[in-house]
Amino acid sequence: MTLLFALLRRDLILAARQGGGVGTALGFFLTVLVLLPIGIGPDQITLQRLAPGILWITLLLSVLLSADRIFQQDFEDGSLEVMAMAPASLELVALTKAMAHWLSTSLPLSIAAPFLGILLNLRSEIIWPLTLAMVLGSFALSLLASIGASLTLNLRRGGLLISILVLPLYVPVLVFGMSATTGNPEVIAPSLLILAAITLTSLVLAPIAAAAALRAYLK
Amino acid sequence: MQQFANPTRFLSLANRALPAIWAVTLILFAIGLYGALVSAPPDYQQGETVRIMFVHVPAAWLAMLVYTVMALASAVAIIFRHPLADVAAKAAAPIGAVFCFLALTTGSLWGKPMWGAWWVWDARLTSMFVLFLLYVGYIAIWQAIEEPNRAAMIARIVALVGFINIPIVKFSVDWWNSLHQPASVFKMGGPSIDPSILWPLLVMGLAYSFLFLALHLMSMRSEIAARKLRNLQIARSGEA
Repeated sequence: MTLLFALLRRDLILAARQGGGVGTALGFFLTVLVLLPIGIGPDQITLQRLAPGILWITLLLSVLLSADRIFQQDFEDGSLEVMAMAPASLELVALTKAMAHWLSTSLPLSIAAPFLGILLNLRSEIIWPLTLAMVLGSFALSLLASIGASLTLNLRRGGLLISILVLPLYVPVLVFGMSATTGNPEVIAPSLLILAAITLTSLVLAPIAAAAALRAYLK
Repeated sequence: MQQFANPTRFLSLANRALPAIWAVTLILFAIGLYGALVSAPPDYQQGETVRIMFVHVPAAWLAMLVYTVMALASAVAIIFRHPLADVAAKAAAPIGAVFCFLALTTGSLWGKPMWGAWWVWDARLTSMFVLFLLYVGYIAIWQAIEEPNRAAMIARIVALVGFINIPIVKFSVDWWNSLHQPASVFKMGGPSIDPSILWPLLVMGLAYSFLFLALHLMSMRSEIAARKLRNLQIARSGEA
């Protein structure tokens, strides 16, 4: 257990000290948020209606594009092989790294995103429901992204391949996240519960898949 | 060359079975198409265009069946390490992708006269589209990883992770209020279609299944040949 906490601390410190962490993901988020009204048109009413969906999709893409950092650097310098030989199982190592990604990238983004929705004329009464849904879904997003990251370890054009593999898995999170924010009130609580269920399921199953993929690359 | 002992037995079995399978396929298609185009009555609302159903529905059935075959083969590969299981999964993917594409396009051609739209984003269509993306991702992962053993290990995981979509496709019309027709054949209480339309549909389903079987065996044959070729090339460059 202390081993995993040490690993978590190490990954968080590395994410904070190196570039390319939440700062870059936030930068990407803002860039997309600037492009969309240019493409869709600045009509405030349209933007207000589309704002929750735009924020969710941009969140998904930002998490996905930062996902290849989860295992890549440790694979390149050999630390992943050392971690595979550690007393803790590779599944728990994968879970810890996914959690580090969540804490350093997905969670800050999902807290900041609804407030950036002001740029899209987001209705102020759905900022808090949106934040709650995004925070609940963000751990699932990191876990599913860790599956994609482990499957495409060290591949050229791995970034595109991660997107093809992981975005179908993101569809339920997106569907229930949207119904938790913009559905009618009696649907909000069940949708949040289903989001929590998706998170718990990925908490168990994602590390198993990720570790199996990592073993294939570490042989 | 013990490593080819199992595939050799498979190849001799496949070579003997394929002509018979093709014959059965052609006969089933003949019976099914006669039933679909001639003997089945036109729909009271849709008229003759309902006959697209006899092409569209079996294609969708096969798209899901083939992915299930891929996932099963991947599971067998992981659990029993059968040497042909990876070959079976890899060979099935392009065939399943084409069936899925056929289901999407024939459905679109049917939807335009029926619903007035080439495409709607209801649950059944969206999840079938996602199924097509899963096929594409699976084929892409085989092509992206160069070393065949590692590619096989990764591909197994991709197939199994994507399998979660199959029950979603099946039950999507029940879980979400949908424009698409709800389940009429494979449901509790049995099919609710009139027998005169049901039997051509089932015969066409069987015909598509035998077509898949024939194409799958041929694809596995060529995949085994490709592997033999690769091994021979490696051996030759090793001797040189």
